[in-house]
Amino acid sequence: MSLKYKPIDLEKEALEDLRGFIDKLLSRPSLGSSGLTGTWRLYKPSIKIDKCIKCGICWLYCPDDVIRWVPKEYPSIDYNYCKGCGICSNVCPVKAIDLIIEGE
Amino acid sequence: MIRKALIGSHAIAMAVKLANVEVISAYPITPQTIIVEKIADMIERGELKAEYIRVESEHSALAVVYGASAGGSRVFTATSSHGLLYMYEMLWWVANSRLPVVMAVVTRSIGPPWNIHTDHQDVLSVRDSGWIIGFAENVQEVLDMTLQAYKISEDRRVLLPSIIALDGFILSHTSEPVVIPEPSEVNEWLPPRKPLPFKVEAGKFFAVGNLGPDDVTMELRWYIWRAMERAKYTINEVSLDYAKRFNTGSPAGLLETYRTTDAKYIAISMGSWSGDIKEAIDILRDEGYNVGLIRLRYIRPFPLEELRDTVSSAKALIVFDRAVSMGHQGILGMEVVSATNSKIPVKNIIAGLGGVDVSHHDFSNIIRGFIEEYESGLSIEWSIPEWYMPWMIKESEER
Repeated sequence: MSLKYKPIDLEKEALEDLRGFIDKLLSRPSLGSSGLTGTWRLYKPSIKIDKCIKCGICWLYCPDDVIRWVPKEYPSIDYNYCKGCGICSNVCPVKAIDLIIEGE
Repeated sequence: MIRKALIGSHAIAMAVKLANVEVISAYPITPQTIIVEKIADMIERGELKAEYIRVESEHSALAVVYGASAGGSRVFTATSSHGLLYMYEMLWWVANSRLPVVMAVVTRSIGPPWNIHTDHQDVLSVRDSGWIIGFAENVQEVLDMTLQAYKISEDRRVLLPSIIALDGFILSHTSEPVVIPEPSEVNEWLPPRKPLPFKVEAGKFFAVGNLGPDDVTMELRWYIWRAMERAKYTINEVSLDYAKRFNTGSPAGLLETYRTTDAKYIAISMGSWSGDIKEAIDILRDEGYNVGLIRLRYIRPFPLEELRDTVSSAKALIVFDRAVSMGHQGILGMEVVSATNSKIPVKNIIAGLGGVDVSHHDFSNIIRGFIEEYESGLSIEWSIPEWYMPWMIKESEER
């Protein structure tokens, strides 16, 4: 018999361990859990409101979910997390999103 | 409680039925096939209300039960030899996620050459993965250990997957009288699974094992290591409780001792051939030798404290290995040497690979020869294991 443990200590340790294990094994979606990824950006997408037709295709395609849009409204970009991949600019059917070199 | 003649494979299927397993997925491979055939039969007859998911490979079989177990179901799979190697990657996913999956491994040697007979090389290749690994000696123990595996794996102090290893053909295809516990009593003893360590379900958003900082990996391993330590206690507790409740005759604990109390020389083994070694011990005792046997019921977690206690007054140990680590020693031999901290000399015999039959006469001759050699005072090369291949000696004598 393993006499290393008293049953009560065993229960206590197991419960603490299980909490610790679950906390590290599972991850839940949250805003900016990897830091401000917007600082990685080399090109900054810029929406030209006069050309935009509010279709939402940029919102649909954005791989980082940083474009906010509701139907019949203009979209906006969260520059804290936009990495500047340029996909929105590429898919825009009316060429309403320009890529500007960051800092210019 | 009823008594019935069952082969090892059907004893496993019976245990799966008694445990009310909900999801089964497996890919057939000799000598495991009869287990999953029997389970499919039980489901078809309506005796077991479970989902049987057919797949194209063992990797997928374990992936399916991984998912089902993460979804909160009680699951089962079984395999052998090459099939176990094919699911190797998923074994680590299951253990590192601490899902209480239970799997039967019907031991079989690994090719080439093609061979369907037993040795322990296949199951011991997953020794370090974080699975609890038990070895049955007879068909009764196959049934008992499988049922106990669910209770142990799902215990919140443990939450680790379990493998029950049984020797291919010797146990899987051989009939023995088996005591089968009453289903109602089993239901009371083994309630439905709780959703631990976590449950994947609709409407809850989380990722399992996402990319993270390096220290997260190390910390998770540490939790598994501690759970394995607690499993020693839990295995003792569960198997003792089972023995009291169902009285099937199987021993409890991490290891079984046979005539070791005053033994000066102790043999150590795992699996079905332990029965033959017990025969040999009886023969040698009648001849006046002070010998005994330790049979490991579990190799993971390793019964370190129990083994040390049992061998503390022995002069020398002789370990029978049915698996070898190429470039070093027999695997059980290595384990025993490390457990005794080299305080007691350990002779390592490698035998029975590829299912080569080793009888109780062989065992008594080997143990007797070892004791005479030891007591004659001749120097023994302890670090080199001895390969027991009597047919080779005969061939060289003929030449």
